[in-house]
Amino acid sequence: MADYLLSLITFFPLMGMMILLFIPRDNEGLLKSFALGVTLVTFLISLPLAFDDVFAVSGGMQYREFHEWISIGSFFKMNYNIGIDGISLWLVMLTTFIMPIATLSTWKAVDKNVKGFMALLLLLETAMLGAFVSLDLFLFYIFWELMLIPMYFMIGIWGGKNRIYAAVKFFIFTAVGSLLMLVAIIYIYYYAASTGAPMEGFGVQEFYRLGIPSAAQHWLFLAFAFSFAIKVPMFPLHTWLPDAHTEAPTAGSVILAAILLKMGTYGYVRFAIPLFPEALQTYLPLLAFLSVFGIIYGSLVAMMQDDVKKLVAYSSVAHLGFVMLGIFALNMQGMAGGIIQMINHGVSTGALFLIVGFIYERRHTRQISEFGGLAHKMPIFATIFLIITFSSIGLPGTNGFVGEFLALVGAFESELRWYAVVATTGVIFAAVYMLWMFQRVMFGKVTNPENEKLKDLSVREIVIMLPLLLFVFWIGIYPNTFLSKMNPAIEQLLNQVKSKQVAVVEPVQPVIAQTLELK
Amino acid sequence: MYDYLWLIPFFPLVGFVINGLLGKKIRNEAIIGGIATLMIFLSFLVACGNFFTLLKDSEKVHQQVIASWMSIGNLQIDWGFLLDPLSALMIMVVTGVGTLIHLYSIGYMHGETGFYRFFAYLNLFCFSMLMLVLGNNALVMFVGWEGVGLCSYLLIGYYFDKKSAGDAAKKAFVVNRIGDFGFICGLLTLFWALGSKGVWTVNFVEIAENAHLLESGGVVVTVVTLAFFLGATGKSAQIPLFTWLPDAMEGPTPVSALIHAATMVTAGVYMIGRLNGLFAMAPDTMMTIAIVGAATALFAASIGLAQNDIKRVLAYSTVSQLGYMFMAMGVGAFSAGIFHLMTHAFFKACLFLGSGSVIHGMHHAYHKAHLHDDPQDMRNMGGLRKKMPITFITFLVSTIAISGLPFFSGFFSKDEILWWAFAGERGHWMLWLVGAIAAGMTAFYMFRLVFMTFFGEQKTDPRAKDHIPESGLTITLPLMVLGTLAAIGGFWGVPHVLGGIFGHMPNYLENFLAPVFEHTQVLNGIEIKPEMAHSKALEFGMMGVSVGIALVGILGAWFMYIKNPELPGRFVASFTGLWRAVYNKWYIDELYDAVFVNNCKRIGTFLWKGFDVRIVDGIVNGTAWVVKGVGSGLRYTQSGFLHNYAMAMVVGVVVIVGYYIFG
Repeated sequence: MADYLLSLITFFPLMGMMILLFIPRDNEGLLKSFALGVTLVTFLISLPLAFDDVFAVSGGMQYREFHEWISIGSFFKMNYNIGIDGISLWLVMLTTFIMPIATLSTWKAVDKNVKGFMALLLLLETAMLGAFVSLDLFLFYIFWELMLIPMYFMIGIWGGKNRIYAAVKFFIFTAVGSLLMLVAIIYIYYYAASTGAPMEGFGVQEFYRLGIPSAAQHWLFLAFAFSFAIKVPMFPLHTWLPDAHTEAPTAGSVILAAILLKMGTYGYVRFAIPLFPEALQTYLPLLAFLSVFGIIYGSLVAMMQDDVKKLVAYSSVAHLGFVMLGIFALNMQGMAGGIIQMINHGVSTGALFLIVGFIYERRHTRQISEFGGLAHKMPIFATIFLIITFSSIGLPGTNGFVGEFLALVGAFESELRWYAVVATTGVIFAAVYMLWMFQRVMFGKVTNPENEKLKDLSVREIVIMLPLLLFVFWIGIYPNTFLSKMNPAIEQLLNQVKSKQVAVVEPVQPVIAQTLELK
Repeated sequence: MYDYLWLIPFFPLVGFVINGLLGKKIRNEAIIGGIATLMIFLSFLVACGNFFTLLKDSEKVHQQVIASWMSIGNLQIDWGFLLDPLSALMIMVVTGVGTLIHLYSIGYMHGETGFYRFFAYLNLFCFSMLMLVLGNNALVMFVGWEGVGLCSYLLIGYYFDKKSAGDAAKKAFVVNRIGDFGFICGLLTLFWALGSKGVWTVNFVEIAENAHLLESGGVVVTVVTLAFFLGATGKSAQIPLFTWLPDAMEGPTPVSALIHAATMVTAGVYMIGRLNGLFAMAPDTMMTIAIVGAATALFAASIGLAQNDIKRVLAYSTVSQLGYMFMAMGVGAFSAGIFHLMTHAFFKACLFLGSGSVIHGMHHAYHKAHLHDDPQDMRNMGGLRKKMPITFITFLVSTIAISGLPFFSGFFSKDEILWWAFAGERGHWMLWLVGAIAAGMTAFYMFRLVFMTFFGEQKTDPRAKDHIPESGLTITLPLMVLGTLAAIGGFWGVPHVLGGIFGHMPNYLENFLAPVFEHTQVLNGIEIKPEMAHSKALEFGMMGVSVGIALVGILGAWFMYIKNPELPGRFVASFTGLWRAVYNKWYIDELYDAVFVNNCKRIGTFLWKGFDVRIVDGIVNGTAWVVKGVGSGLRYTQSGFLHNYAMAMVVGVVVIVGYYIFG
């Protein structure tokens, strides 16, 4: 059983989808329940992974599965090569955890072509899980592209008014990036084959040891980095995100924010950084600058939004900036902070999109000015919204703080100290845009008569939020549960990167920085 | 006893959970208020146990680790507590004053719709404040630090249907976050700086032990302490981040007393006390603190002179008194600063609760008479001493204490600060002068408040006049206790020079706190200048001067508000411009709005509509248009008609130009 556990988890949703296709399309209740059941079972069978203590002691790949798959002639070999370490473990868990919640959120929201939506949802889950467990670059690429299609249709068919524009924009941005990555993947394969180094198809772990020449590393890194930067999204490639989020149905937004964006950050951790450590050194200042700029930029733009969903979307740009800054610190705390922050963003921003969905379903508008005084009418909603708001702001005791703090500790210890100081101002802006929005939506008197008859959250809606709230506090108060299992993997990754890097070149620092440097 | 340290923050947390989850169902005010008050009272008992055990113990530093919080690489952070004389004193103040204010609130908040919510928040506040005080490392302190900020936000915004309350709550949190930016930067720089010397820690005890690794007076120590001090200016409402505190008066009055006078706002002072070893190593920072403190003391006092809202006067007074505490910390008079923190907690809590009692009475009267006058405006009061005798007496005692008249609590603490400011190695006569002038202003505006509220003829609307009652026992009992403490609380820290008068009474407080501060002071040469140290005449002289200044202030207030009540009006008429500037708080809020808030909004809008939509999307969409345009253009090239070519070009240009203009 354990031999095939990872495959089972990955393809269980796909198998579910196959069966779902046989359910009559007008039996909407059954379709929804079935999809929910499949995602729940997927979550349950993935649970043993989280409780496996092997991750706390070994940083290597666990649950490996290897099968030869496609070979074209004797040259091209693509293998079914999967496994997880303490880093991808948590992203797999995040995926299986978020999917039932996202499915449950469609109960009232999706009313046309339920069958199609549910099928796409399950297909998407397999694609995402596949991408997180792939250890073969080509396999990864297949899953990566596979994700694009369901999401494109989810936005394009079930989206809001401007859905076509948003869907096309989403597609074009992402597709441009993936094409570059594909070229780079093929080049690496050719290069590896030409050196005669031992390789297992497109096995990424073998590629780690390659030692690609610097000149080639540069453009390969740029191709990967560009592709992932679009997905993260990093400034200035982020403009597809607000449109995609705003137009996507609630479940789509939740999945997009909570999981799909993590593909970009995960891509850096798993591929771009360890494959091209030398090139990374050159572009590190630029990437760190873009991360920090994204924090400030996303916050300032979020502040001025009049649409709640767009505000949350722009806040994602800021949050992901912290993730990237932590990762680029290239040390234990920074990397752990980045990964924790990935999970946090999934939990908190996912929750925020659900919250926006709740009021959208009631009022069919997301304009902040349409609301006000909701705390009177919906006290339970107000409480939950408040907790999530402060989690997003990064109040200590909630998950947001732990992630941001670790990322900043890491950045402070690395050469990115001055970037970290600027990034820290993000904690001010986060409070500004979130609290201003919260005030305008929840506080004050009910001025709009439409809001008079609003009902508080239903039991289903509370059930959706409870697991998220649990993790807000769990990660906030006892992050060691997660940290302990990610430590060995991070350590191994960093050793891998450091061993390949040439003597560290001190990036140019401002004069004050040099004077502050300890003698 | 030390094993039960964790219970001190734990009890109020339990109260918060009970009232937060079940309060709405319980409904009974006595039970809700009773649970909340009981919880903080239990904390008080445990705090007493620890305090008195520590008093007798020869070992003065005790830590209790509950669990590991974050553990990764060289970063190891625990959920841990630290009991030493400094935190012991603070938990006594927080739980003691806290209990009284909880009790008071039962009466004061009677009949409010969000009664359970109020008490849940109040308990949560006490939990956070106790975490702040008891944390054994900077990060647990930061949990409390932000936790009290959250509670402050929730309680200022308690009447959230009022826009002004929502605005004030948000402002308080955001301004505090600016300070938190400093706190985090300071913490991270310190962690890295000590780490690069081989000690990776955020634990206070270890920081104190290893501070010597850093270069005394060096850039690192200065930057770290300045960053921490920025944090303190936010939480403790000092220049430049003081603007949130006066607005915070939108919260219910017990909140103002507990959070915005007695406890939370003193957190910055406490933090400097906690990191005294580090601060003392940075003379530049210390000087900055002393100057900022003195400037704030004077500046806020000047605004207090002209306010008519009873709570606003007290708010500015709080800002001003906090300035004194910072001045004390800045000149290295750590125990004097903490001493003033304690006496201030007594008399200012009493003053706020007293003002609450007055507002409560006024509100009651207006309600009975169906009037909507402002119950907080002192111009509607006057002559209340006969209506509310207990409130009046306790209020008067506390006013005397804050004015610094001999042998009331404020006298001892304020005088010790002024003495250090004048005669300390790190003092300066100008600091003393500013402090003394501010003390005169304090006496003036406080007695102005007393005269306007309790003396003279009653100016309340005749229809409401006779309905003003004295408050009930839950309100007057805390007033009496705090009033008593405000009167006699200073005898715990009688300065040496005065000790002789009281039969060689030692300065108990200074001795008690010595394990925390003495080492630092000796190490960094912080002491009274030798040439002044033994001059009793000088010390008595300075004391006499400051008492004299206070008396002048009181007489001035008497002259203007009792003797010649028409004088203030004439003064306003002849100095309209000056008066208006003072009344409007020197237009600082307007300045900040113009410089920071509006520009941030402008930049945000520009980045969004200018950069995102126009440039990035413009390029992307533009590319699509061009491709499309070229495609159709190519098709028309097949037609062979010249007018088609021209048409295509015109349309293309119009479309593209139009897109960039209107798109």
